[in-house]
Parts: sequence; structure tokens; C-alpha cells
Amino acid sequence: MCRGVLGLYHISKAFPGVQALSDVSFEICPGEVHALIGENGAGKSTLLKILSGAHQADSGTISISDQKVLIDGPRTARQLGIAIIYQELNLVPWLSVAHNLFLGRERKIGRGILSLRKLHEMAREALGRINVTIDPSVPVAHLGLAEQQMVEIARALSEEAQFLLMDEPTASLTEREIDILFEKIEGLKKAGVGIAYISHRLEEIPRVADRVTVLRDGAVVFGGRLSEVTLPELIAKMVGRAITDHYPKRTPSKGAEILCVEPPPGNKRSRPLRAHAGEVVGIAGLVGAGRTEWAWRLIGASPGEEEKIHLFGKPVSIPSPSKARELGLGMVPENRKDHGLILSRSVRDNITVTVFDRLSNWAGFIDRLGQSQISREFVDRLRIRCPGDSVGVNTLSGGNQQKIVLAKWLARKCQVILLDEPTRGIDVGAKFEMYTLINELSHQGKAVIFISSDLPELLSMADRIYVMHQGDFVAELDAKQTSQEEVLHYSSGYFERTNS
Amino acid sequence: MLIVLLVGVSLTTPRFFTLNNLMNVARQVSINAIIASGMTFVIITAGIDLSVGSLVAVTACMAMVIIDRTGWNFWGVAAGILAGGLGGAVNGAVVAFARIPPFIATLAGLTVYRGLALILTGGVPIVKFEGSFRFLGHGDIGGFPFPIILMVAVMITMHIVLTRTAFGAYVYAVGGNEESSRLSGIKVAWIKFWVYVLCGFLTGIAGMVLMGRLSSAQPAVGEGFELDAIAAVVLGGTSLMGGRGSVWNTLMGALVIGVINNGMNLMGVHTHYQLVAKGIIIVLAVLLDSYLKKRR
Repeated sequence: MCRGVLGLYHISKAFPGVQALSDVSFEICPGEVHALIGENGAGKSTLLKILSGAHQADSGTISISDQKVLIDGPRTARQLGIAIIYQELNLVPWLSVAHNLFLGRERKIGRGILSLRKLHEMAREALGRINVTIDPSVPVAHLGLAEQQMVEIARALSEEAQFLLMDEPTASLTEREIDILFEKIEGLKKAGVGIAYISHRLEEIPRVADRVTVLRDGAVVFGGRLSEVTLPELIAKMVGRAITDHYPKRTPSKGAEILCVEPPPGNKRSRPLRAHAGEVVGIAGLVGAGRTEWAWRLIGASPGEEEKIHLFGKPVSIPSPSKARELGLGMVPENRKDHGLILSRSVRDNITVTVFDRLSNWAGFIDRLGQSQISREFVDRLRIRCPGDSVGVNTLSGGNQQKIVLAKWLARKCQVILLDEPTRGIDVGAKFEMYTLINELSHQGKAVIFISSDLPELLSMADRIYVMHQGDFVAELDAKQTSQEEVLHYSSGYFERTNS
Repeated sequence: MLIVLLVGVSLTTPRFFTLNNLMNVARQVSINAIIASGMTFVIITAGIDLSVGSLVAVTACMAMVIIDRTGWNFWGVAAGILAGGLGGAVNGAVVAFARIPPFIATLAGLTVYRGLALILTGGVPIVKFEGSFRFLGHGDIGGFPFPIILMVAVMITMHIVLTRTAFGAYVYAVGGNEESSRLSGIKVAWIKFWVYVLCGFLTGIAGMVLMGRLSSAQPAVGEGFELDAIAAVVLGGTSLMGGRGSVWNTLMGALVIGVINNGMNLMGVHTHYQLVAKGIIIVLAVLLDSYLKKRR
């Protein structure tokens, strides 16, 4: 449809347990920005990784100007003129800008001892191509994120990249930096570079993109020019999936208020979060909205602005996770391997790690009988499948590991349980069990705070949903009456643009 | 591995397998084993203590100065052990609360404590051939040398602490995954602190045995002890990454080093060559161990 197009046709890709992409076609024309949007897990990143050579497609073809090409690794992709800029930048922080620009390609400057003068000269030239003035002798670590991104772009272009893949380039930029980035993208378009652009910030798509493709569950549900579609339509297409009944039913029984977290006094934008006994409170928001950070702050695991916390009506302060535990707050973190489990220890030790103090006598000796009783109780109750509770947790599947992280807080008899993306990366069966457990917990009168990026899941499981945008709870919605569209409306920050 | 080594040494040197010589090995090993059992705790938390060699000198000098000036053997020894615990507490505070990496914190400790030992004694060795403190190095109970009995008692106690108490469980947890432990409500900093205190305390005990054996306190004593202790722990298969290890394995590691030393002595290998050979054997032993572990 345009000259020199980079096209993927009928691409399918499966990972163990998931069909990441099925029959996806996607084209990048020179001089155009093609946005790729979709919910978390829709397959956007997988598609970019196939283009950049990090993954290989199971079936389908890739071609450049109608010439079929095979991208079997990152090197091939570069040789074909395809460069990717990841969300986490790939620069060496304490090397200078110039060194970073030509890292691994020093031969271009000359053989033997590197002439710094020549290096800086070529670096200035590369930066000049995108009209950026950065001193090439400065270490990258001294630059702002936006400037670092410019260095990455300059590097990609100096490698003669014709196509640029950008994965959430604005995720960690300020508004002003975003403006600069978009200005540069405009320049790149004029220079004939084709750009694929992934972003969760829907409101910026109309500003930057010419065309848009919407992915849902690994398949293309919409493709067309941005002039043909409105933002609310795009949102509807993104979430289009009907809520099926793979969520167990629960009769809510809201009790007394257990937890109330008020925003810091100066913050007028955020609402207080309340959680009652027997209630499942959902927290929605985009990746990077600050939900995980909020949870960590709440249990005192990371410092930050002081929210006022009331527990059972009494004001409390929680400076550390051990204090949170004392008060009956437990968190199942997003990253179970790094933050939830002690992989080198057994199932039993991991379940009882929160109660060693209660299990030990005055001399510090652990009551081993009591320990294995607790451990076996939760292995049974949570249906954790393992050959025995003395095996290492590293041998178990993701779903079973997740149950163990939950079990350690149940063993402690916590009243407030925070779940941060508890179903991410576990299979459908384990998800259903996790939902059943969540319902059981609320039935026992615990307050469950449930952070999830999976909107259908959140709408089905939660009683009330708070929507976080840039660290603030900008909306409080009744889960039974709201819709995915409404939640996305708030989480994308779109509501403030329409109001003002 | 120890068995292979034992067979090898006893085949080449018939004198090795006499009761006298085996006792000798155990006595030589005892000081390193006591320090290494404390080092095991430190290394399981993914830390390291480079200061133990210097701290040994401080504890011995501290005790000897008091014994020499006052004649109070008991109080001298008590003060020596206490000094070890205090030295460990300083290390622990710097590591756990000031959050200085253990390697750097205890490297600083290594020079500071050596300096303190020199200051305590004025740089001159104190020699004293009389006093009940000598029992610690030369005494025996029912024919068994006291250092060996002490070593066995320390090892058993430390094994129980590590495997049966909440503290031991926390040590493994913190070493296995510090962040998970913290989020589980464990007071990670305090666990780290106490681990260094324990290591210093055991170093103090080892220092007393050394003082008893040498019947003296020299400010230069204990140089390189930290490396022997770390070698014993590593030979025992404990990972420097933390989270794994046991006191029992460390004892085996210490014995391996002891047997290597003793075997080479009996074979009449010159001490200069002994140092080179010991280093090579340690590397080979760890290589063999990791190879066997992978095959399993």
C-alpha cells in the first residue's frame, strides 16, 4: 500500500499455555507513525519482539518492500534497518554519550587507539541529524531520561535504521519531555523513517500517530487511520471482550470499616481509600500509574509522602513491613519470585516465615510440630499441589507459588490483605482457584485490596473499584454499575482533557 | 571429598593415621573451625567478615593485658570474649544500619582492629608461661584436649541455633531473599546485626584458645585467619551468594584444610610451597564439588 513498507503478514506465535498472537498483520510505512494499542497481555510487545528478532514467529511472513525477509536474531534485524527502543533504555550509564553512540562499532571511528576528537565529532554529527544538542563527552548518567532517549534514537539512526520500534517511550517522561519527543518524531517522519509506537497513554495516540492497530487477545480487532476513529471507539475496541462466567460468584457482606487511607493534606485530586470487612476493593490503573508504589508505601516497605492511615478507626503509622505485619496487614507482591518467596527454602519455611516468632519459645527454639501443622493446614486448604511441604518452592508451578505467598499471610491471620496482580502469569485453572480463595477470604470478614490490570477480572471480583492515575485515586466506582470503558476513561487520564 | 583426601594422605604418609597425629590435626583445626562456624552464619546472609583475623588479635591482647596486669585469669578471658562480641557489633552496626557493603565494612574492621591490637600491647608481644588461662590451649578433660572439646561443643550449639531456632530460620530467610524477608515483616537489619555479633563473639572464643596455646598474645597474630575461615565455609559448599550452607559442612571444610596442612607438613613440603599448593587444592576441591552437584 506504500513504497518500502515493512510488513508482517498472518503472524502467529504461541508460548507454553498462551496463544500470544494469532494471524496478525501489521505494516509500517516510511514516514508514518503506526500506533499499536491494546490491553496488557494483548500481544503488543510480542509483536515488536518478533520484528526486532528477539522472538521468532511460529508462522507468517515478514517482508520489506515486498521482499520476503527472515529475522532470526537481533543482529539481522539491525542489518535490515530495524531498531527498537525499549522502555528500559539500553545505555551504559557511566560511559559518555559519544561512547554509547558507537558502542560495539568503534571500528567506524578508526583502528587501534580511539581518537576522542573524531569520536566526538561523529557523535555530534549523529546527534545533529535529529537536531539535538547534547555534549557528547558527558556521561549518560548525567542526562535526563528524555535526553537519554534522544541518544538511543540517534544511535538507531546512525546505524542506518529505516524503521524504529518504540515500546512505551513516554512511560517515564514528563509532559514537557513528551512534547520534545513528539517534535523529534515529527522530524523523523519527514526524514522518511517508519515508526511503530506502543503506548498505554491513549490520549497521546491522536497527537502522534497516523494509523492505529488495536490488538485484543493476540488478534487484530481494528486497523485503520486515526482520522476514521474516535478515542472512545478505540477504548471500546480494546476491551470488547465479553465478561464470561469464569469468575466464581460471591454474595457480598459488607461489614465495618477496617482500613481508611487518606491522601496527604495538600492533595486535592486523590480520594481516600476505604476498605470494609468482607469487601473486595479493586484498584485499577495503567501500568506505571503508581498502584504498586502505593501498596509498598502503605505497608511501610518504601518511603514516601505521608498518607493518613486509620485501622479499625484508630490512626496508625506504618514505618516498616514488620510494623504492618504486627497490625495485621499483609501484601502479596507483584513479583513473587523476587519479593514474595525465598526460592532456596522449602514450602513449609515459606508458609511459616511470617510466624517464626509466634512458633518459637522463650529460648528461640521453633516448635517444629506446630510449624508443620500450620504448613500442612494451608497446603490442604489452598490445595497447593506439591509432593510434600519439605520440597523447595522453586520446584512448584507459578500458581502454586502464588498460593504460598498468600498462605504466609493467612498463617499470620492478617485482617487486611493486599494483592498486587495476583493472577499475572498463572494459568486459567490456578486463576479460578485464586478467585475462589479471594471470595473465601472476604467471606471470613477480611478486607481484600485487589490490584489488577485485568479489567474483566477486576470488574467481576471487586465490590468497589478505585482508579489510579499518576499516583492519585481519581475515581471511586461501584463495580456492579461501572464498565470497562468508564474505568479506562479515568485511568487513561482522558477525563481531565475532556473536562478542561 | 574429605574421605578421598584422608585416604590419599594416609597412603602417602603412614604416620598420618596415628591417634597422636589425628588429635594434632583436630587441635590445629579447632581455632579455624570455631571462627568458621560464625563465618557460616555471616556468609549464609550473603555477607562476609574479613575482620576476624585482626579481631582474634584484639581479643587475645585484651585478655592478656588484663591477665598480665591484674592476674585475674577469668576476667581477662571474659573481657577477651566480650571484646570479640563488641568488635562484631561494630561490624554489624556498620553493615546493617549504616548499610555499608559487608566487604568494605569489614575490610575497614580488618585494619582498625589490627591497629587496636597494636595499641593495646604497645606493639610488643606479651608472653606468660603461667596462669590458668593456659588450660584453654593445653588442658584436657578425660584425656581429650580442651580445644577439641570446645570446638565440638561450639559446632553442636551453632548447628542447633541454625537449624532449630527462629533466629536460624531468619538467617536462612534473609540470605535466601532479603527483599522477600523484609516484606514478610522480618527485621532484616537486626538479623544481620546479630549475625556479625555472633561471628565476633566466636572469634573471641577462638582468640582465647589461641592465647592459651601460644601462652602469649602477639599483636600480629591471626593474620590470614579470615581467609582460612572463608575457605572452610566455601569448601563446605556454602554459596557466597547466601541462603544455603550448614555448620556441619563448614566443619568438614575446616577438616579438609587441616588435613591438607598436616599432610604436607608430614611429607616435608616446604612452607612456601605449602601456601601455593593449598590455594590450588582449594580451587580444585570447590570445582570438584560443583561438578558433583551438577551431576546429581
